[in-house]
This record gives sequence, structure tokens and C-alpha cells, in this order.
Amino acid sequence: MKIILCIKQVPDTSDIKWTENNTIQREGLESIINPYDVYAMESSIALKKKYGDVDITALSMGPRQADRMLRKAISVGVDKAVLLSDKKFAGADTYATGKTIAKAISTKFPDYDLIICGQFAVDGDTAQTGPSIASFLDIPQVTYVKEIIKYSDNSVTVVRELDSGAETVKVNLPALICVLKDTFEPSRPLINGVIKAADADIPVYGAEDIGLEPDEAGLKGSPTYVNKAYRAPQKEVECKFLDNCGDLLQVIEKCGGENE
Amino acid sequence: MSKGILIYAEVTREDYLHTVVFELANKAVDLSRKLDNSPVMALILSKPNLINEYKEALRNNGFDKVFYIADDRFGEYKTDLFAKAAIQAVKEIDPEILLIGATNQGRDLAPRISTALHTGLTADCTDLDIIDNSKLAATRPTFGGQLMAVILSKKYPQMATVRPKVFKPAQEDLKRDTVFIKLGIDLSDYKPCVEILEFVKNSSSEINDIDSAEIIVAGGRGMQSQEGFSLLKRLADKLGGAVAGSRTAVEMGLISPEYQVGQTGKTVTPKLYIACGISGALQHTVGMSSSKTIIAINKDKNAPIFDICDYGFVGDVFEVIPQLIEGLEAKDLS
Repeated sequence: MKIILCIKQVPDTSDIKWTENNTIQREGLESIINPYDVYAMESSIALKKKYGDVDITALSMGPRQADRMLRKAISVGVDKAVLLSDKKFAGADTYATGKTIAKAISTKFPDYDLIICGQFAVDGDTAQTGPSIASFLDIPQVTYVKEIIKYSDNSVTVVRELDSGAETVKVNLPALICVLKDTFEPSRPLINGVIKAADADIPVYGAEDIGLEPDEAGLKGSPTYVNKAYRAPQKEVECKFLDNCGDLLQVIEKCGGENE
Repeated sequence: MSKGILIYAEVTREDYLHTVVFELANKAVDLSRKLDNSPVMALILSKPNLINEYKEALRNNGFDKVFYIADDRFGEYKTDLFAKAAIQAVKEIDPEILLIGATNQGRDLAPRISTALHTGLTADCTDLDIIDNSKLAATRPTFGGQLMAVILSKKYPQMATVRPKVFKPAQEDLKRDTVFIKLGIDLSDYKPCVEILEFVKNSSSEINDIDSAEIIVAGGRGMQSQEGFSLLKRLADKLGGAVAGSRTAVEMGLISPEYQVGQTGKTVTPKLYIACGISGALQHTVGMSSSKTIIAINKDKNAPIFDICDYGFVGDVFEVIPQLIEGLEAKDLS
């Protein structure tokens, strides 16, 4: 059984600093693996542990530096990795990203049976790329997956976590699932994994390698564009600081009071 | 000449029209004024036996036209079936703008439609406007909610999803001579590849529903552990409120995603929002800044949460919250 694991390197958005001109200070901004993609990775490794006969290929689209993240994925149990990196990919929206990744999968790994993505990437927060990849490949998708119950040759059964409850869904393969969270403990690097990661040959594919026309990639291939971007306005309120719990309690009772 | 604004009229699992439909309708009426009063339209996919009920619900809510497809298979949302029907319908209606609620269903469906129609989709918008006479300008927070981006689409229909409660529903009837149009959509070659085996409804008893709660006690990274969240639960119980969490708290596994407030979670507007150990990244605050009163408890006096709250308390949540609970318990006794 062949799994494609889509992972993305993102800036650590919990630690953003602003320049005097209200632009994001890019220097010193840490790159991390998107937290939801960690769940995706853990889910795929858990399937490998449970079913044995599972081959996991990690795929990422991003700058050359993402190579490090892919090696880390190999060190914790992913079998191999590939990086989609090309200046032509820059500025891609979710449509162009979906097309690029789908094209890479269909040209380089056509015999996959399950694609696992994180539900969101914390930098863009769109949750659109997974379904967009599935659309381009014309395969079914299941979003908001919190648990993978069963994985067989021709179907996968998962539990979706929705606002109103939990839905158990069986989907025919090939399919794409977007993982919300899982219950696994984060994997630690394996000793032979670390060696494998250091030695791994991680191919880098550009637009030409996957048969993507220049006008299909990046900003050119994106139907949307950013008209302007600005620092989010701060709400203008004067915070009244309280210094003892008694006052705090009074405020809570006044503002949340049932007898209003 | 504008071809109109289409709203996907989502039917929930419980067979009612999602409230976001009416919020979008109200906004669409507003946008249509800037588009030479182009028509506001709805698309609904429904079981045949319920369609009359939905027509009545949509009538007089700002809709000039309601397109509907009735099919027995529309009882339960399935991505492939709904996408197949909606893609054909949108092609036929050919609207200028297509708006969809950023619900579980909407977020699953919208990218299937936009990709199939090779058009742009902007997710989770916090504002919509018309600029340059006819372009939809969709504003959304990005980069963890700290940067606002105004996004335009080169292709049509221009699509956007909007979270529930971002816009308000109309306060009074938006009277229209609503026209109902049945669409003949061919689903004969639909082969199901997804099967829903089971659905277990959430028990709302354990933690209250944060959508309707008047008081929300929310925790973030600073609550550290399950024990931290049990403290929040005790405080919320004392106040008759609900517990919510930031995205970080959800990622740490301290609370389940359905109680997440923020850009990737829910938008809430309670009477009182108590943010405990939440730093106040915009990712979070876009989902709660419209609360009537916001109180923040955080040990870092420079935390951005203090920039948007009405009352602040600089202190250790593990000292402050037990004192609040004790205080409330003492009052119960007296």
C-alpha cells in the first residue's frame, strides 16, 4: 500500500515580529513543519506500524531549505521524500498549488492509493489545498479526519470530527484525507532512521520535471491575487488592569451577571 | 451587466437551513447595491419532501431567485454527490459571485467547486466589498491572523467562504418577489465512492455549546495541561458558562477542535469572554473580539491579549483561577 504524505514548511506564526513599517520581519523567523502535517505524518507512520506493508513518500512544495524537514520525516519512519521546488512555483495560490502537487503525484507516483494531508496550514489557514489536489486528481476526499480505523487494499475507513458530531466514513481508494488531529504520541527519531535520513537521496523536481507549463505554475497559474496586505488593525480599547482577585470577581459577576 | 450573487444554501444534518445562509444573504443584498442591484440568488440541494419548507424559509430574505435541485440522495451531505450537482448548477446559473458558509460542509465543498470551475476561492473572509465597479474584494486574515490580505480573483465566478457569525442576518424581512427555479441536473452517472457508516451526535451535556453560551471561559497555551483545563471547567460551571480553547490548546490536545475559537475555529460573541493563558494572537482574537466584555488573565503583562481586552489581570492562572472559584463557592454558601 502506497501513501503520499503532503507536508509543508511554515513560518512559526506564534512568533511574528513587526518592523517599524508594519511589515513582517522575515529574518530570524523560525521555520517549522506545519503542526497539522505532523498529525498527517504520525497517522501515516501509525498505519505503517499497524499494517506493515505500507510505503510512505513525503512530498513537499517549497524552498530548498525544506529538505531538512523532509530528512526529519525520514528519520521518524517515512520511507522516502521528494521536494517540489522551483522559482516558477512562487506566489501560487491554493488552486495553483493543488495543480502542481496533483501533477507531481500523477507523473511521479501514479500508483499511490492514499494521500494524507494536514487539514490546515497555519500560515495560510485556508484548508483548501487538500481538496484542490483531490479535485485535480479526480479522486474522493475526506476532510476533518480525526482517526483512521481501517486501511485495506481498496478502501479506508475514517472518523470525521464535525461540529455536530462524529461521522464514520468508508471511502474507496485511491482517495485523499485531511487530518485534523490524532491520538498518537509524536514519533521519536529511530537510530537507523537518522542514518537513513542523512544518506537519503531527496530528488528536487521543478515545473518542467512534472510537465507543468510555466503559465500553470505560481502566480501566473493562480486565479487569485493579493490586492493589498496590511497589518491587522488592533482593537482600540483601553484595558483596565485589576490587581486583586476580589475586584476581578466583581467584574466577572457584573459583566456575566444572570440578572441583567 | 452583472449576473448576480449566488449563495449556497446549506442544509444541515438536522435538516434545517444553516444560519450562515441568511447572514450571507444580508451581506449580498448590500453588495448587490454596488453592482447595479444585480440579483441575489440561492442554490439549494434538498430531499424532495423538504423542499417546500426551505422555499418558505428562503422567501423574503433578500433572495430574488432560488434555484433548487430535489433528489432523494441529498438527505446526507457527501462530497462527491454534492460537488457533482453543485458544479453543474453553478455552470448553468453562471453567477458573478458565489458565496459559501465556511462550515464543515462549506469548506469541504467550496474547493471542489472552485477547482472544477478553474476559478479563485478565498477562504474564511472577514469582510467582502465591491471595488473597481464590479470586483469582489475579499478580506481575510492570514499569517496566523496577523496580516490582513485583500484578495481578488481574475476568474469567474469569484468565490469566497465566510464563517458563521461574521456577518449579521437582516433585522427585518428583505421583501422580494422571490422566483423559484427548479434545475434539471443529471446525476445518472453518479457512482458513490463514499459511504457513511455511522454518525454519533455530540452530547452537549459535557461542555456547553460555545455558539450559544453567554459566558465563555477560554484557555490557551498558558493552561499547560488537562489539569489546567479542569480548572477552567470548574470556573465555567460556577458561572454557568462554556469552555473554549485557542488553536494552540487544541493542538496540545487539551480540548477538542469543536470548542476552538479563532480563525480556524469558531467565531463567538458572548456577553463575557474570559481569556486565560491566551497570548492573543490575531488567529484567536478574530474569533472573539466582538464579545461584549473581554477579561484576560495572563502572566505576561506584554501579551497582545491585553491590547484588545476590557479588563486585564496580570498573574499566574494557576493562582488566580482557584481563587475565583473559591470566591464564587464562598458566595454560594452565604
